[in-house]
Amino acid sequence: MPATLLIPLYRDEVAPRFDLAGEALLVHLDADGAELSRSSVLLAHASSEELCRIALEEKVRAVICNGIDDEFWQYLRWKRIEVIDNVMGPADEAIARFRADVLRPGDILFHRSNA
Amino acid sequence: MGNGPGRDAVPRTASPGLRLPDAPCPSPRARNNAQRRSRCFVPTQQTAPAAPHGIRPRAGSPARHGAPPLPHVSGISPLPVDLAAMLDALPVGVALLDTDCTIRLMNRALETLTGFTTAEVRGIPCRHALRASICLHRCPLRRPLTTASGVTVATASGAHYDMADDGNLPPAQEGDILNRHRRRIPVRMSMSPLRDADGRVVGWLHAVEDLTLVRELEEKTAKGEAFGPLVGRSVAMERVFQALPAVAQNDGPLLVTGETGTGKDTLAEAVHKASSRAREPFVKASLSSLPEFLAESELFGHRKGAFPGADENKPGRFRLAQGGTLYLTEVGDLPLSIQGRLLAFLDEGVIYPVGATDPVACDVRLVVATNRDPEQLVTEGRLREDLFRRLSAVRLHLPPLRERGEDIEFLLNHFMGHFAARMKKTVRGCSGKALRTLLDYPFPGNVRELRNIAEYAVTLCHGETVMPAHLPAYLFQAKAEARRAERERRAGRGMPGAFDATGATGATGATGEAQPAAQGTSGDGGEHLARTSVSDLERRLIADALQRTGNRRGEAAELLGWGRSTLWRKMKQYGMC
Repeated sequence: MPATLLIPLYRDEVAPRFDLAGEALLVHLDADGAELSRSSVLLAHASSEELCRIALEEKVRAVICNGIDDEFWQYLRWKRIEVIDNVMGPADEAIARFRADVLRPGDILFHRSNA
Repeated sequence: MGNGPGRDAVPRTASPGLRLPDAPCPSPRARNNAQRRSRCFVPTQQTAPAAPHGIRPRAGSPARHGAPPLPHVSGISPLPVDLAAMLDALPVGVALLDTDCTIRLMNRALETLTGFTTAEVRGIPCRHALRASICLHRCPLRRPLTTASGVTVATASGAHYDMADDGNLPPAQEGDILNRHRRRIPVRMSMSPLRDADGRVVGWLHAVEDLTLVRELEEKTAKGEAFGPLVGRSVAMERVFQALPAVAQNDGPLLVTGETGTGKDTLAEAVHKASSRAREPFVKASLSSLPEFLAESELFGHRKGAFPGADENKPGRFRLAQGGTLYLTEVGDLPLSIQGRLLAFLDEGVIYPVGATDPVACDVRLVVATNRDPEQLVTEGRLREDLFRRLSAVRLHLPPLRERGEDIEFLLNHFMGHFAARMKKTVRGCSGKALRTLLDYPFPGNVRELRNIAEYAVTLCHGETVMPAHLPAYLFQAKAEARRAERERRAGRGMPGAFDATGATGATGATGEAQPAAQGTSGDGGEHLARTSVSDLERRLIADALQRTGNRRGEAAELLGWGRSTLWRKMKQYGMC
């Protein structure tokens, strides 16, 4: 089933906070999980409400984010949008893992040489 | 915080004693410098190859914070001190960051705050682990590099911080963090550089203080609800609020003074609730209207057969309040014999029920109140001096509303909000004229009167704003009288107590603004009027109206702008029928 992902962005990373992201990435996947297209949305100002509105308007299936207020997490879930939160790392890595169906809430995707 | 120095901003030397991962080992010269500069972070002899960043492992240390061995500091005691354990003892959250602003260590307080363990987030940029509101836009390390000529340099890696110029970090900043459990926590954050022996920055110490309790307290204070229904923001009330916790914890007797309607009962209850007796009963006794023997029985109880009609043992208020607080209103109205028995209770902790020969021990805190000047009561012989001395050891005075400044508006909004919610109305505030009228009014009935006015106004108001027409008419009469008295005072004339020549009644007009209705009876102006009670004013108005109309009540009511039944009710109330 085709799906659209929404990822709030900070540079090329999943934004640390959903409510403070000034940019979001929309990724369109086909039924097999292959990436069809990407589009970037620049927000006039960071806003959780605006991101939720975009998610509903674009019929997003899943939101991949890091920190998110419980209120908006609950709201998106109520709207039947999957929320994979506490994901830390590059957005590309998160998308790749989502496509492989291995992305889970709390995944840390940074390469940590000293960890 | 994470936009700090980029990965290309490699430290030039390492810290001597407290070293973070990736820092090269300090030179002997640097170690010597460190010994001179600080006794806290002195490097110990390197006996093993340095771990990355120079954090040296301790053999056998438990690895609570993750894979790498625990860092330690030396120079504090003969043996190295476990840095993680030391930081865990701190009550505020602390993170150690390297020069790239990646997390190296978090103490237990910060782990609790963020919901992440050090093992989980070690090596990732702090902005992702802390997720503070200031990380993205107000990070103290996110400053542009500026050359000597003042040119701002942007680096490709996002490293904006000039390592050699770190002395001007902004002070602590307030913001919030979003923790792992999606909870927003208000925090105060500060950043301090960690330097090596040569003063170069080798990492950062990030302190995060949880402000949740502070915010809750501030919110309560803003609402003026620090002590239940006792509310206020004025300086006078602030003094009462500040004293209240200490007074509550003191278990001795308490004397509360203040004019009628200032909230003495509420204060007594607030003291009880804030005391260690809060779980025990709070018993109020108002005995001024009872005959002496009944008051005695009511207070101390009686034995069966103590007097005719005493068919059963009665415990009395003292024993009902066992373990808790007994609040006596109007101590000055109590008969002197009862005052003597109260004194005996205060001295010995026992009471004698009427008709009993054996004392009964009572563990009760006594709070008494009076709306009169207790010293004056002592002078008049209505209050025993020895009892007054015992009671006045701890004394709280509630100021009258006219001395509480901004509290009038605050309390008005508070009560209007309360009644609007109760009556399911949308009243939001007062018009300018209505508010001015209220602010000019002396409120002889204090907070109780203001509360009644707010209830009246909300009842009559059907919109969002209370207009003058929604306020009780007597407010305008009092205002007009004060204005007239002031004019007379300035003119230096006497003030005969009668209606003016126009016969205006002070009834509110269509706009709700009152016409001058009556004039005062004294020549000392507004100050005297401020003390004149509303009931006195009404009584005088009624008498004058009846005199002018030849005792014809219908015409008098018309002259006063009241209905006949209102006039009759008020005449009955004042005993003028």
